[in-house]
Amino acid sequence: MEMKTIDGIIERHQVEPSALIQILLEIQREYHWLPQPALHEVGRRLQVPMSRIQHVATFYKAFSMVPKGRHRVNICMGTACHVRGASRILETVQEHAGVGPGETDLEHKFSVETVNCIGCCALGPVIDVNGKIHGRLTRAETAGVLERCE
Amino acid sequence: MSTVHLTIDGKDVEAEEGTSLLAAARSAGIPIPTLCHHDKLEALGGCRLCMVEVESRGKTRLVVSCVYTVEKGLTVRTRSAKLERIRKGILELLLAHAPDSPQLAELAREYGADRNRYEPESLFCILCGLCVRYCAEVVGKHAVGFIDRGIRKEISFIPEIAAKECDACKACFPLCPTSYLQAAYVLTGSLVFPDGCSTAFQSSRGPSSP
Ligand code: SF4
Ligand code: FES
Ligand code: FES
Repeated sequence: MEMKTIDGIIERHQVEPSALIQILLEIQREYHWLPQPALHEVGRRLQVPMSRIQHVATFYKAFSMVPKGRHRVNICMGTACHVRGASRILETVQEHAGVGPGETDLEHKFSVETVNCIGCCALGPVIDVNGKIHGRLTRAETAGVLERCE
Repeated sequence: MSTVHLTIDGKDVEAEEGTSLLAAARSAGIPIPTLCHHDKLEALGGCRLCMVEVESRGKTRLVVSCVYTVEKGLTVRTRSAKLERIRKGILELLLAHAPDSPQLAELAREYGADRNRYEPESLFCILCGLCVRYCAEVVGKHAVGFIDRGIRKEISFIPEIAAKECDACKACFPLCPTSYLQAAYVLTGSLVFPDGCSTAFQSSRGPSSP
């Protein structure tokens, strides 16, 4: 993590305390988590107390307080995907990544999450890997998608 | 600032515009139970115990008196069968979290709340926010804050700040209606100084007065 990058993000938002959430979102996008030193820098520059930053950072699910894996796997558990066997897909992902929802493996390769409807129910069961949607999945195809992740 | 007249429990009450129903009632000597209210702090509206009934234009509504400001000609009731039921329910829910809180026990006696109505769920903190707001608004140190949300919400000390400021202050301790605050503080201490080398956090002095 480079402080220059953090300061750049803060300055793009005019060092504006009311832009706290936007700034945190950008840091999250950049590093896939919110490193403590970055939060301290944000607090110092914006003059926002750490207690407030922590509250915001832990309130929204978009933020992570721990490092995330290189590949983010979201498994849809929505109704449509559920009836088409989302739980089998989740099982496969779990076997393959070695971790369950909300977890990241020790090598920081995969972070697994479950979500509720990605909005393309007709393609169910669906997973989203690094922003790319994979639909109509079988167990074997799911394993294939994960194997192709470096 | 103009004053407005309203009726609380049949009594004609005069209050400055912008004051809360709670403050207006109390200034007229009408008690309303509260848990998250503190005169020096911005109202939170968190515990809902101060709920009252207001009547305007022929309709009766429930409002939270600590965050509802006075209006001309309002008719307010601070006691009714419905309100007693609501307060009893709130107390029973809170008692599931903090069964040993003296303040809750006292209110429970008054409202006939049964501390065993719900399965105990030892959260201890009832999230009144008194410690958080007092530290931020009065002491100005922001050493303790909330984290997470919903059923996972809890208070959390910022270790770097707590290590420097809290031992000399502890102004929030006597405000807490439960014993959770002190426990959280001691826990933070053991996390910051895992080998117990700190006297700051291990001191056995009880809560000091604010
Ligand atoms: S620790 Fe005590 S004072 Fe602080 S929010 Fe919880 S119940 Fe309220
Ligand atoms: S339920 Fe899975 S995309 Fe809608
Ligand atoms: S005192 Fe009004 S909600 Fe707690």
